[in-house]
Amino acid sequence: MSSFLRTAVAVFWKDLAVERRAKEGANALAFFAILLLFLFYFALGPDSDRIRAALPGLFWLAFILAGVLGLGRAFALERENDCLDGLILAPADKGAIYLGKLAGTTALMLAMEVVFITATGIFYNLDIWTAVPRLLLVAFAGTVGFAAVGTLFAAMTAQLRAREVLLPVLLLPLAVPVLLAAVKLTDLALAGEGWGPAWPWWQLLLGFDVVFLVAGLLTFEFVLEA
Amino acid sequence: MHRFLGGLAVVLLALGLWTGLGWAPRDAVQGNVQRIMYVHVPAILTGYVAIGLVLVASVAYLWTRRSAWDRVAAASGELAVCFVGLTLATGSIWGKPTWGTWWTWDARLTSTALLFVIYLGYLLLRSVVEDPDRAATYAAVLGIIGALDVPIIHFSVEWWRTLHQPATVLKPQAPSMDPVMLRALLVNVAAFLAAFAYLAARRYRLLALRAEALARLVGSP
Repeated sequence: MSSFLRTAVAVFWKDLAVERRAKEGANALAFFAILLLFLFYFALGPDSDRIRAALPGLFWLAFILAGVLGLGRAFALERENDCLDGLILAPADKGAIYLGKLAGTTALMLAMEVVFITATGIFYNLDIWTAVPRLLLVAFAGTVGFAAVGTLFAAMTAQLRAREVLLPVLLLPLAVPVLLAAVKLTDLALAGEGWGPAWPWWQLLLGFDVVFLVAGLLTFEFVLEA
Repeated sequence: MHRFLGGLAVVLLALGLWTGLGWAPRDAVQGNVQRIMYVHVPAILTGYVAIGLVLVASVAYLWTRRSAWDRVAAASGELAVCFVGLTLATGSIWGKPTWGTWWTWDARLTSTALLFVIYLGYLLLRSVVEDPDRAATYAAVLGIIGALDVPIIHFSVEWWRTLHQPATVLKPQAPSMDPVMLRALLVNVAAFLAAFAYLAARRYRLLALRAEALARLVGSP
């Protein structure tokens, strides 16, 4: 394994280890996701057809809201005890650190998304189980794209005064293509449609992932050392 | 140089006003409302130029680390927000009598509104970061990411609208433009670009003077 990948994996394991021992982030995010489920239900009322129709949008609203919280946390952790300085001083490719942080955030968000999808099926009493494999595929691709831009901005805003507001304000408009494609793909997956109509949206989503992964890898160094 | 650009902008804008309001014929279908195009189209084209300049200056700043490029990006970023905002405002004013509504979630409107929000965020980020070098770096990264997102947003929103419903013929596209109208439009495009160049040059100068004054303030005992 090249040293680039080793560094990325090391950063990823570090984040997972912190998460496993402290258990704050994952637990709080899962709890937040279930809370959102309640809020959506109160907001839309008990009509199950209405919930069913709004489901793709609800999924991604929940993922994005929880994702912003998770991203903010990923770098809040590094601020404690000047861990960020340690990362900056580490004799490693900064792109690898970016990749590791991105993988950590993606893993955390995916765990939350699995909880949310499961809880949705149970609490809303919807039969979505056959669509779950495809849903997870969409969730993964969408989360990577969201986190690719998000990790970059979270690293920027972690140092600033107005970080809680600034991160969503900068991130959400840029993430609109992810939201559009992912909601559409979730809709198609839930409807059990073939892959044909989904293909252009997959291209868009994967294209977004690739463009911003590369952009993140190239620019993270500047953000970290600023 | 500044004076020349300023004079050019004033002359061209006056000429543009005359060609747009007087010389160009009245639109057969829309009447005088159509004349807002002579502001609307030049504004968005200038906005795109400004956004492109932000991208170029951002890459150049990260490459060379020279604060001159940061000032170019800052000046263009502010003007991008101005011109895109002007586009949205004139579009709304035109939309009310023509479409009967101030706003509709048409593909082009939506993506332009997103552009406006992204570059507002860009200005916000600049204003929040205190350390000037850090502000310049962060803004440069956002300038690059934002510009990369512009085409993706454009296509995603376009598909979202067209796959969502059969093409809404909200934009009455004239089959071809009257040559006189086209010439009037080109005069206005030139006028807006000259105004942009003048304002950007002035803003650049102001930012340079401010940085100089700050350096002197810090340097004095």
